[in-house]
Amino acid sequence: MTTTTIDGRTVHTNDEGFLTDPTEWDEQVAETLAARIGLELTAEHWRAIRFLRTDYAAQGETATLRRISTVGGFPVKTLFQLFPQKPAKKLAYVAGLPKPQGCV
Amino acid sequence: MRNLVILGGGTAGTMVANKLQKRLRGHGWTITVVDRDDEHHYQPGYLFVPFGGYTRDQIVRSRHHFVAEGVRLVYDEIDRVSPVDRTVHLGSGRTLSYDFLVIATGTAPRPDQTPGVLGPEWRRSIFDFYTLEGAESLAAAFEEFDHGRLVVHISEMPIKCPVAPLEFTFLVDAWLRRRGIRDRVQLAYVTPLDGAFTRPVASARLGHMLEERKVDLVSDFMVESVDPDRKVLVSYDEREVPFDLLVTVPVNMGADFVARSGLGDELQHVTVDKHTLLHTAHDNIFAVGDASNVPASKAGSVAHFEADVLVRNLLEHVEGRPMTESFDGHANCFVEAGDHKALLIDFNYDTEPLPGTYPLPVVGPLRLLEETHANHLGKLAFRHVYWNVLLPGRPLPLPTHMSMAGKQSPRTPPIEPVDEPNQEPIAQGGTTS
Repeated sequence: MTTTTIDGRTVHTNDEGFLTDPTEWDEQVAETLAARIGLELTAEHWRAIRFLRTDYAAQGETATLRRISTVGGFPVKTLFQLFPQKPAKKLAYVAGLPKPQGCV
Repeated sequence: MRNLVILGGGTAGTMVANKLQKRLRGHGWTITVVDRDDEHHYQPGYLFVPFGGYTRDQIVRSRHHFVAEGVRLVYDEIDRVSPVDRTVHLGSGRTLSYDFLVIATGTAPRPDQTPGVLGPEWRRSIFDFYTLEGAESLAAAFEEFDHGRLVVHISEMPIKCPVAPLEFTFLVDAWLRRRGIRDRVQLAYVTPLDGAFTRPVASARLGHMLEERKVDLVSDFMVESVDPDRKVLVSYDEREVPFDLLVTVPVNMGADFVARSGLGDELQHVTVDKHTLLHTAHDNIFAVGDASNVPASKAGSVAHFEADVLVRNLLEHVEGRPMTESFDGHANCFVEAGDHKALLIDFNYDTEPLPGTYPLPVVGPLRLLEETHANHLGKLAFRHVYWNVLLPGRPLPLPTHMSMAGKQSPRTPPIEPVDEPNQEPIAQGGTTS
């Protein structure tokens, strides 16, 4: 467990930089995290982020790409455009949630 | 009289039926197993079929032969489960009522889920090896294949036996070398993961094995479609991988009745508590083996460890006592490496596969995450263990819960160097997906 400073606040992260406490996240944190991976958040990004946060609160785990697409209604193609190359992982990172477990 | 109905008579369903029959016989229970046919397949054997390793009669046995006396076997399709009135509706129109239900209907490859796979090239230049028919038709195709681009491809996780595509690739490489045509074939491994495997230490080790064998690793590749005319895989972010012969692992989905009954997640895997295996919404439905959505490998070893947990929990639960067993995600897999060698990996929800030794009673310690001939013999011996010990529900000298005995934790230096996993944070443009 490590910590990092975002906008003057200390947050807890894992080795890969994912927030480990979802309650330390807010919209300003999301903007900063997004900037760190070269993303500027648009309304479309925010719709996906909000779905992921809401779904996590209900399910207790981060939605997989398939779940974001079938339950959230975001076409996979769009998600790849919004969060290039690694949509599930980048989305979770910006949303301050654990990396989706999907694969074991 | 109370009814326990088990849907599916495969690895998990058969083990659970046999273990429960021993415990419940004479206690006023009827145990019924439903399956569509009387063919029990030893699925780990499919891997060797394309290389002429096993034949059909070594892999397929009668289902009823392995189900304990006193268990009722019903051959039928499953239309749906109605949890409200505790009834299973069968394809023939018959119904079965239950007091407790165990879903063990597994997961299955669904080539129909990716456009272009089931087109004119299906089983001509596009194959799967997770069905006996697929493995057999691949064996026939391999007899003709002597040059070109051979691509091994995973569509989406989770899949059953997640190491099998790697094993298949190692076996293809060894088989091509044996035939003296390895230099005429380009091998590629295409995966939606960010590396060869899911967990860092094993991913690095197995990735290194691909490199040694000159297999191109194409990672973070989420397939959108296959173009059978141009013979290319196309990803959602518009990358293309050409092939002459494609061996694809289709999307895996649970049985359709799970979705029709409202019991599963978006891949039709039954939603259960990952420690108790009890359904998240129904107090008298459990799921075991590949059918459930627990975040563990979909593999026979996992089904075996889960069966022990499930049986104890179910016996406590039916009597209204608290369930005391907790599944830890334990998996234990032999990974064929080719040239009569194999690796062994042992891990659970919290501990990734680590190097070290595995203290197997009688046979002696086996090396973990390392290619040895002893591990290969272990893999071959397992077919006999499967039919004669595992399915009948006889005790195996393996602990249900994973043990750290013999394992080198990442904090202690390993005896042999293992490549460090890529731990670059995503924030710095890391290669993780």
